[in-house]
Parts: sequence; structure tokens; C-alpha cells
Amino acid sequence: MSSELFRFASPQAFFPVAGKMIPWFAALAAALAAAGLYVGFLVAPTDATQGEAYRIIFLHVPAAWMSMFLYCVMAGWAAVGLALNTRLSGMMASAIAPTGAMFTFVALWSGALWGRPTWGAYWVWDARLTSELVLLFLYLGFIALKEAIPDPVRSDRAGAILALVGVVNVPIIYFSVQWWNTLHQGASVSLTRSPSMAKTMLIGMLLMALAAWMYSIATALARVRRIILERERDAEWVRLSQDGRQPA
Amino acid sequence: MLETSGLACERGGLRLFADLAFALAPGELLRVRGPNGAGKTTLLRTLAGLTRAAAGTIRWRGDPIGDEYRSEMLFLGHAAAVKDELTVAENLVFAFGLAGQIRSGAQCEAALETLGIARLATLPARFLSQGQRKRVALARLALSAEKPLWLLDEPYSALDAEGIACVSGLCAAHLAAGGMVALTSHQDVAIAGAVELGLELGG
Amino acid sequence: MPGGFLLVLGRELRIVLRRKGDALNVLVFFVVVASLFPFGVGPEPNQLRAMGAGVVWIAALLAAVLSLPRLFAADHADGTLEQMLLAPRPLLVIVLAKTAAHWLLTGLPLTLVSPVIGLQYGIPGDALMTLIASLLIGTPVLSLIGAAGAALTLGVRGGGALLGLLVLPLFVPVLIFGAGAVTASLIGIKPDAYLSLLGAFLAVSSLVGPWAACAALRVALD
Repeated sequence: MSSELFRFASPQAFFPVAGKMIPWFAALAAALAAAGLYVGFLVAPTDATQGEAYRIIFLHVPAAWMSMFLYCVMAGWAAVGLALNTRLSGMMASAIAPTGAMFTFVALWSGALWGRPTWGAYWVWDARLTSELVLLFLYLGFIALKEAIPDPVRSDRAGAILALVGVVNVPIIYFSVQWWNTLHQGASVSLTRSPSMAKTMLIGMLLMALAAWMYSIATALARVRRIILERERDAEWVRLSQDGRQPA
Repeated sequence: MLETSGLACERGGLRLFADLAFALAPGELLRVRGPNGAGKTTLLRTLAGLTRAAAGTIRWRGDPIGDEYRSEMLFLGHAAAVKDELTVAENLVFAFGLAGQIRSGAQCEAALETLGIARLATLPARFLSQGQRKRVALARLALSAEKPLWLLDEPYSALDAEGIACVSGLCAAHLAAGGMVALTSHQDVAIAGAVELGLELGG
Repeated sequence: MPGGFLLVLGRELRIVLRRKGDALNVLVFFVVVASLFPFGVGPEPNQLRAMGAGVVWIAALLAAVLSLPRLFAADHADGTLEQMLLAPRPLLVIVLAKTAAHWLLTGLPLTLVSPVIGLQYGIPGDALMTLIASLLIGTPVLSLIGAAGAALTLGVRGGGALLGLLVLPLFVPVLIFGAGAVTASLIGIKPDAYLSLLGAFLAVSSLVGPWAACAALRVALD
């Protein structure tokens, strides 16, 4: 069984598999997003204190969750690449990073849009937004380092080391920023504590989070295919496929 | 005692050589030849363990190269590893110390004498010419009999005829005592009494 | 092997002390940066006193980022780093020695000069002691994590700015608790919790930093 899995560890084998998976994940993402937006904007009740403006939470919280989650996934791929010395792992980490950075940016921007009607300012230095800002810097640093090193093997390995250092620091950073400021609404959705908001709101956010997850997988797969084509451009199978013959 | 099999190396995405195999026994000299860019330096760095091979294995005394190997191997690369701010003697003492060989001041002076630069011992290295810096780096050879394997990348570059003769003499003595030398060089300098393995890259 | 540590540390110190310029430049940079803030925000004493701890800490972070590229660059250029990787000594010990030298030549002098800056910002006696303590525990963290950053960006174009981008976000926790300790002192709270946390960061970074630096050096010299 494991030898079957390892068959897909080569970029050449993974390329067509990834291509077949993308439409499924994209479709799931669209369906879940439609469901989530429906629940979020039409079903969930108006919040007692914040009115309609709070609905941005259905964008903000899932984006924030994904930004964190994707960093951990990226670091996971990085660890696999360092341990097993597989080329594909480094490519996956590179493919995930821009999507992770995008979600961080969405979290910041949606947080600002939420902040304006709620606290009267687009930016407040509260724990969640500030942590997202630092996380954005971590993503940008990872992308910048990878871009700055021309040799792909060295680039992957250096990026992997950075990602692992980052993933150890992310909880420390979050904890520190939390201590530093307690203005932001404390994590009101938790898998262990009972939610301090209506169940429909929770469902809406979870749907959006799942949609974001499916979207991330789809974009990461699409991006990794581009990276594979670029990195392996001297390989026989790439030249054949670009001459018109489809790879098997 | 140094064996490779199926060795392949890449540099910048280009496969330099593949399926390289040889065995270097005590008393033997491996001379690596080839045009510029053929991979001579990459091969030596791979043998030293600095660069990861793209494929194949390197074995020292039957085991894959690792920590044990580093204490029995001496590698001298292109750069002389000489610091401007330190004196020649201080540079040499550090170089020995780093390699786990503790050498006294007197021993270092003797080593410098062998390379003909003892009179520069207390001079800060910034005043040295290229050739003199190279001699400081090579002075380690004079007192490294306990390291059986010497990997020398272009040891003759920047040296004059006297320096070249000196280094050849040190290599010959090392080989005669049962050591092994692998070197790359553009110059075909004879090393007396050596059992030679030739390796041509970039064919 | 402790012998390797002292060998490398001794060499680092000897090199820099023969070229005093470098170490002094970093210290002067620290003082200059710290002195810039009043020009930007005005000399109102209460405002400066509230900012003082943060300013000193930020200046310390920037001084660290300024001095870090040099940690491995010179040895990389002249071939010594290659010899260090090939030495029969553990690379971890060599990296720790270079990191210790970096701290002795940047973090420590900066810590010793910090009370002067603190006085410029009107920070009173107790809080000054806390400032020194926080820097004493915190600046080694900057050197340890910074060493990993320096190793990752070795020989990479855009090195200095890239190094800053990589390590400054990682320095945020140290900044928060370092400056936080002094702020607590200023309002009469004992800074023990903050200093203990800084100690914890020091413990974590002394594992993570050197590991990452060693791995990154091997990658850089591949």
C-alpha cells in the first residue's frame, strides 16, 4: 500500500493526478461557499449588539482559521521534504504559501471592515488582527526567501527550515500578542467550549471554513502543477506533453 | 578504502557526471582531470561530504561517510581560509585546532618552514600575496600524516615552481607512508613513486 | 567538546577586537536610532517615558538585524566556513560559539549602554534595572534566532533586508515581553513574570536557533 502512495511522490506521477482532482475540489468549494454564504447572510439572525455589520465574520473568521491552518500544512510539507528528501514536498509548500498569504490578507481586510462599524476605526491593534499581521509577515518572508534563492533544491530546503522555525514560533507569537492586548473578541468559536453565539452563526462559519479549505486544496494543486512544469521543464515527459501529446 | 559506486552529481540542474565508480587504496593517488566546468571541484566536494550526491554511494572503510570519516579526512578547497586580521601563525593554529589537531607554536613554525614561509609567521595575513596565502593553507599538509585521506582541490594554483615541488614532495611522502590523495589540477605535475588512478571528467 | 567552543569564540573575539570599527558601529547605530524618536514625536517627557522601553528595545532589534549578516559572511567568503562544516567537531558547538561571540560584541555592549538611553527617556531607577535585566536575557535570543536568519540568507541577494524580514516577526514576542517588563516596572508591578517568560524564550531559542542555523549552513554550502 505504501509503495503505491510513494509512486505519487514523483512530480511526473503526481501531475495528472492533481489535474484530475482540481475540478472536484473546486466544485466542493463553490457548493460549500454557496451554502455558507446562504446561512451567513440569509439564515443567521441579526446580532443583538452589532447589527448587520457583524456578518463580515463569515469571511473574517474562516479566513483567519485558514491562514493559520495553511501555515501548519505548509510547515508539514516542509518537514516531510527535509526528512524524506522528496522534490514534490518542497513544491507543495511553495504552492500553498501564496494562498495562505491571501487568506491572511483577507482576514486583515475583513477585520478592518468589521472594525469600522464596530469600534469606529479601520485598524485597532487588537490581538487577533495583530497576530494575523505578524503571520502575514511570516508568509511574505517565506515567499521572499524562496524567490531569492535561484537553485530549487537549496530554495526548498532553506524555505523548509524557515517554515519549521516559523511554525514553532506561531503559537508563541499568538500567545504573546494575546497577552499584549485583550481588546478583540476572545475566540468565540471553539471546539471544546460552548459557543457564545447562535448555532446558525457557527454553522455558517464552519461551512465557509470548509469552503475555504476546498478552495485552498484546489488552488494549491493548480499551482503545484505550474511549479512542476517549470521545475521539470528539461524532463522528457514535460517536453512531450508540451508538444501536444498528453501525459498518461 | 575510499570507494564510490554509481556516483552522480548535479550542479545548477545540469547532470555533470553519472555512474562514477572507483576504489582508492592506501598508497594510491587519484588524479582528476577535465576541462573547466566538468565537475572536478563538485566531485571533490561530494567526496568530502559538503555536497550531496544526486545518486550513488561513497564508502570509507566500508561504511557510508559520516562523522568518523571527517576526522580522518583533510580537505583543502580553492579558498585559503585565511583571515586578514590574524597573523599567519594564528591562522595555522586555528586551522589545525578546528581539524582536531592540537599543534604548538613551534610545530606550526616547522610546518610554515616546510612551505618556505616561516619568516611570515607573525605577519597579519592581510599583507600576504595569493601564493603566500595558499602556502599557509597548504602548511597543514606538513603535519597531517594522521589524516589518511587528503582531498586537494587545485593545490598548485597560485604557486610558483618551488611551491609546486614542495607540495608534490609532501604528497609523495604521504602516499609512501600509506596515505591516500585525491587531487584535481590543470597542471600535470608528477608525484614521485605514486600509484596513480586517472579520472577524466567531461568526456 | 568544550575545546572547540573556546577555540572558535577566542578567534571571533580576536578578529573583531583587531578591527574595532565593526562592533563600535553597531553600538553607535543603536544610540543614534534610539535618539531619533524624540525628533519624530516631540520631547514631551510623559510621552517619552511611556515610549522609552519600546524605543530601546526596537533600537536593539534593529542593531541586531544590522550586525547579523556579518555573522557568517566573512567566513563563507574566505573558505573558513567550509572547513568548519568539515571539521570533526560538532557544527552545533561552532555555531553556538559564533552566536556567543555575536552577543558579546553586540547584545552585551548595547545592554550596558541602555541605562543611558533610559535616562534620556526619563525612565526612573527601578525600571532602569528592569530594562537592563530584560535586555540581558532578551538580546541573546536575538543572537540565537538571528544566527538562523543569517545562515538562511547566506550569499543570497537582497541579504540584509531579507534577513530583517525573516527575523523581525520572530522577534515580536521578545519585544513584547522585554518592553512589557519595563512598562510593568514603571507602574509599580514586579516584572518577574515577564522576565521568567523571557527566560523561557531564551531556553526555546537556544534549541531552535542553533539547530536551524546548522541545517541552513549545510544547505548553503551544498
